[in-house]
Amino acid sequence: MREPAASPSAFASELARMEPEIGRVGPLWLRRLQTTAFERFRSLGFPAPRDEEWRQTSVAPIASTSYVRVDGVRRLDRRDLESVAFADLGCPRLVFVDGRFAPELSRLDALAPGVRAGSLREAFESHPEEMKPHFGVHAAWERRAFLALNTALFEDGALVVVPNGCDLAEPLHILHVGSSPTAPVVSSPRTLVLVGNHARVSIAETYVAPGESSYFTNAVTEIVVGENSEVAHWRVQCDGGLSHHVGGVHVRQAQNSRFLSLNASLGALLTRNDVSAVLDGEGVECTLDGLYVARDRQHVDNHTTIDHARPHAVSHEMYKGILAGSARAVFNGRIIVRKGSQKTDAKQSNRNLLLSSDAVIHTRPQLEIYADDVKCTHGATIGHLDDDALFYLRSRGVGLAEARGLLIHAFAAGALGRLSWKPLRERLEAEVASRVDRATIPGEGS
Amino acid sequence: MLKIRNLHARVGGAEILRGIDLDVSPGEVHAIMGPNGSGKSTLAQVLAGRESYDVTEGAVEYLGRNLLEMAPEDRAREGVFLAFQYPVEIAGVSNVYFLKAAVNAIRKHRGIPELDAVDFMALAREKMKLVEMDESLLTRPVNEGFSGGEKKRNEIFQMAVLDPRLAILDETDSGLDIDALRIVAQGVNTLRSADRAIVVVTHYQRLLNHIVPDRVHVLVDGRIVRSGNASLALELEDKGYGWLEEQVASGRPATS
Repeated sequence: MREPAASPSAFASELARMEPEIGRVGPLWLRRLQTTAFERFRSLGFPAPRDEEWRQTSVAPIASTSYVRVDGVRRLDRRDLESVAFADLGCPRLVFVDGRFAPELSRLDALAPGVRAGSLREAFESHPEEMKPHFGVHAAWERRAFLALNTALFEDGALVVVPNGCDLAEPLHILHVGSSPTAPVVSSPRTLVLVGNHARVSIAETYVAPGESSYFTNAVTEIVVGENSEVAHWRVQCDGGLSHHVGGVHVRQAQNSRFLSLNASLGALLTRNDVSAVLDGEGVECTLDGLYVARDRQHVDNHTTIDHARPHAVSHEMYKGILAGSARAVFNGRIIVRKGSQKTDAKQSNRNLLLSSDAVIHTRPQLEIYADDVKCTHGATIGHLDDDALFYLRSRGVGLAEARGLLIHAFAAGALGRLSWKPLRERLEAEVASRVDRATIPGEGS
Repeated sequence: MLKIRNLHARVGGAEILRGIDLDVSPGEVHAIMGPNGSGKSTLAQVLAGRESYDVTEGAVEYLGRNLLEMAPEDRAREGVFLAFQYPVEIAGVSNVYFLKAAVNAIRKHRGIPELDAVDFMALAREKMKLVEMDESLLTRPVNEGFSGGEKKRNEIFQMAVLDPRLAILDETDSGLDIDALRIVAQGVNTLRSADRAIVVVTHYQRLLNHIVPDRVHVLVDGRIVRSGNASLALELEDKGYGWLEEQVASGRPATS
């Protein structure tokens, strides 16, 4: 048991100790990839405030904690997860504890025929060539420290392969649990989703913790969407209140495919998400929705990139935030329209509800348009609860707290409008409501 | 039921109400008329508990209680209802959800069992007929995308569902065509009863052709300058407000 050190380079020292363990298992190409990624991370270092991409988010709390990798396999009991929100969605699930596969908690017997879902590490032993064209390719780690770090450190993760023509009616759940060990732990969960042509699948990926402890999740998900396929990825980060979370979702879409991402951030003290989609085919539709709820001293940063690499594609983006206490949030929405990507139609919107005068939001659209026949719109709003609406509700007998709750709920629901799966939607609505309630009572806004 | 004494109210430093006295008894319909800017809507909002108005002087007693001390929701639960001149649009909250929450907040306050979804819908359907409101409006977000007439019908529909003791209708006639005006007025007339008082705030007399008041009061410059029976409204229709405003300006006492 080591005491957490407060040195600004405490994590770097721990990482130096981990070096001999990096890239020791798996096929040769993977071992090389992990070793190279580790070297890359060491030369990039942790992002500094002068880095344009990290101007509003300091990673000092991560860099100064002596995170270690967890020793051995931590056994969790099913009951440990019973009362944890987003742990059981009632559908087939893959469970990872501190980034390691937990088959005893997973439930895959009801999975549709033809679909493969399981441990990435096991698949590297059995079908390594299947992953090679994709793994570490869509999540471009060469210039991004945390992607490089995850690529170097990941021990296991989820692999989901949906073959051509496969239509999954029931969603698949990938659950990542921070197990609350006593020393601060870094986990590097990795997910690879490969969807063939003319296929359809919905995946819920949730990050939870049964207790409050200090840990760092550095997660990366890569998703490949084949031609004419339809993929939904609902990501819910509900990590423990003392934890730090850096997450990446990197998507490549082939022609005529539809992809929908919902990125909900509720937990963790410090959150940074990077969601990027490359629209690499004509007739593609891409939707990036997001909801962030932060209170007290939480900090949540969402950076998104939609790369219109081909013509005739449509993208919709709607990120909504609810900030209470002295929470801070960042939204940076980058849209690239490549030369020749004519008839692009891109819509972006970021709306923020500030429930306290101490909350801060930095919002920035970043449009890079190199084609001339395109439609791109963007808008950002920052507001408070509408006094007229509050008075109207109260004048009908609805109490102040309930009236506030109704309006906040309605605001949040706007970000969940495209979440078609009721069980997850209801849990999200309930969790948002309870977090906002706890944030606004007592004395908030005074 | 309602006793207003020497009520003064300001908004943003300007004194809008400058000494209102008014008594309303159960079963009565009072009309408050007056030119634009005379303080009619301010009076309605102050009675409903709008916090952006500062009451600087005076008293309002409602059913023997100090109304001014009560939060807006408590006034509503005790039976005060304001039909808004500009009903507020609330995105993302359905009309039916909102109204059910309101009904049950009031029922809970009064110690009667809350309504479940089935019983509430039965009540809502019955009351919608009063104002010939389309049932599809129930599931839509509150007032969002409603036409002017639909918004006003929605107010009277809410009034019918909430069954208030004191209903204040603020310019309910504005923005209504003749047919809508007739429907809304019929709805209000159906709700007239011996234990309910209604205060109709209006600029024009035309609504009072349909809802015939027991008393008419004319508000000029924050004071009631004249009170009378329904014939006063007709006189105003004929002569306008100018003669009363001149009287106030010249300092002559306004007699009723």
